[in-house]
Amino acid sequence: MTDFVHPALLFILGALPIPFLNGSIRKAYLLLIPALAILAVLTMQSGSYGATRFIGQDILIAKVDKLSVVFAAVFTIMALIGMIYALHLRRAGQHVAAFVYVGSALGVVFAGDYLTLFLFWESMAFASAYLVFAQRSGPAIRAGFRYLMVHVSGGVVLLGGVMLHGLTTGSLLFGPIEGGMGVAAYLILAGFMLNAAVPPLNAWLTDAYPEATVTGAVFMSAFTTKTAVYVLARAFPGTELLVWLGTAMALYGVIYAVLENDCRRLLAYHIISQVGYMVAGIGIGTELAVNGATGHAFAHILYKALLFMGAGAVIYVTGRRKLTELGGLYRTMPLTVALYMIGAFAISAFPFYSGFVTKSMVVAAAGQDHRAWVVLALTMASSGTFLHTGLKLPYYMFFGKDQGLAAPEPPRNMLVAMAIAAILCIAIGVFPQPLYALLPHPVDFEPYTGVHVTESLGLLMFTALGFVLFLRALDPENTISIDTDWFYRKGARHFMWFAEKPLARYEKAVSDVSETVALPLLHRMARAGLRIDLNGVDAVVNGVARAILNGGGVLRRLQTGVVTHYALAMIAGVIAATAVFAVVWR
Amino acid sequence: MIKRVVFFFGDATHAMQRRRLFYLALGLIVIADFLVAREHAEYLWDRLPGWSAVYGFGSCVLLIFVSKFLGHRAGLMRREDYYD
Repeated sequence: MTDFVHPALLFILGALPIPFLNGSIRKAYLLLIPALAILAVLTMQSGSYGATRFIGQDILIAKVDKLSVVFAAVFTIMALIGMIYALHLRRAGQHVAAFVYVGSALGVVFAGDYLTLFLFWESMAFASAYLVFAQRSGPAIRAGFRYLMVHVSGGVVLLGGVMLHGLTTGSLLFGPIEGGMGVAAYLILAGFMLNAAVPPLNAWLTDAYPEATVTGAVFMSAFTTKTAVYVLARAFPGTELLVWLGTAMALYGVIYAVLENDCRRLLAYHIISQVGYMVAGIGIGTELAVNGATGHAFAHILYKALLFMGAGAVIYVTGRRKLTELGGLYRTMPLTVALYMIGAFAISAFPFYSGFVTKSMVVAAAGQDHRAWVVLALTMASSGTFLHTGLKLPYYMFFGKDQGLAAPEPPRNMLVAMAIAAILCIAIGVFPQPLYALLPHPVDFEPYTGVHVTESLGLLMFTALGFVLFLRALDPENTISIDTDWFYRKGARHFMWFAEKPLARYEKAVSDVSETVALPLLHRMARAGLRIDLNGVDAVVNGVARAILNGGGVLRRLQTGVVTHYALAMIAGVIAATAVFAVVWR
Repeated sequence: MIKRVVFFFGDATHAMQRRRLFYLALGLIVIADFLVAREHAEYLWDRLPGWSAVYGFGSCVLLIFVSKFLGHRAGLMRREDYYD
């Protein structure tokens, strides 16, 4: 047995037979591969694997250390949960895409050089875009296309940064960016930040995720942003810019979530908010902060997937996704409500739920680093998180005004997947030590102190008081919110307007001028030219030719061939010459 | 069991009980916050019992009204066919 089986290979090669399998064999196979991948991650040894040279560069297919293992562990666990949630699908396409997507994310996590990273990075974008296209509605296809365009643009920026980095440092090996931040580092950072959905590069997320299929969105919520968190943690720990952007993100997401009417779009804004904690943690860069960011990514993947699974279950059984159209489902979907609420408590960082033991590490790290404003902003974002995912969304989706929807519980496989995620959310919250043991640095942090518990409960329950008192102000409205996608959605339209209106008008004016003025003028000139040619040039040429011809005829007639004629001509010539000579001489 | 808990939070018949429990919980949390030991007080607010309750309530209200202001007055919220 080897020390290392690349889990990316398991998923990507494992995707090939899926279309040829059917029924329960396919279901068993879909669960077997993630299970094998979890085993592969648990048994792998630290070290470098697959070192080779390609186009004169050192390539390292897989580098295994604590940071990559913790991300790989949660990715493979999530793949198993996501697959259970998607087991009822009849078409193979989404399973194949999900496998390639998970495999590519794992490829990024283990990549030891930028070329390997870039290849998996791009393949992740394409595989995940399929999960949006598979929804097959017009808005989904348009959103999927925008998603792809944004990620391909981000990929180009990343590639540019990688090339520059390779040229300046002479190596493409992937690790902490050393020395000052140059152009190359900023380009790489921008490419990574795009995938982490750092504003203003965030709108692709809230645009595409709500349009994805019910099962696809669960995968999407887990992988793209978290691989970005991983690469940021690997390459840019301690980058001051990330502290501020991350803190701003945490608040950005909760502010938009107040305005949101689409249930999955609201949850997508909370991904931005939660990834903000991770980005800020990486920016702070201390051991506690990086541990917090990594641990929070681990917990986030599970509770966010649980929330997306809950909202997806509602969409699956009701076909509706707007909060204004939902309500009163608790009577027929109590299990979904309970499982969703576990995810909501976990994201809100209630004691004994996973968010409590991970989010608080980031906040504590900001406190230890003497960043009071960051602590206050992140605490405020915590309040907003509970306000939306723990109160507003479940209230309007499951309770609130009864819309009389006939909504049974979702299929059993969906409930099982949600239950596994829920159990993990509670298990991490109650027994954080196994997760802490996985984190990249030694953990010296105790989440369960009396003051931390009472402060968290005070913050959250008085947020609930605010919710109860100002409930009417939170009523969802039938609107959409403008985000930075405005620039390319409206911008593209303005570009098309420019192409269709001013540019096309200019083009038409130019062609009109050429048709009405230039072309007739040219025609007339050509006709005049022809006339000059025919009547002038040709006439002269013909006249000269005719004159020469006639002259020739006359000359021919002079050449009689009779000697006496020539003698006579010579005599006449002599007389004429004499006469001329005489005149001239005199 | 799960069903009964969910119904307790949903049904209008328990509204009164729910409210009492809620306010009881709020009171207990504030009292508990005065009783716990505060050893590592980094900032001024860390030393104030009940601070997190005030801050939580204030944050909630601020977030609701700032967001709605941005949505309605600053024009972030648009009709659903805005991009069509």
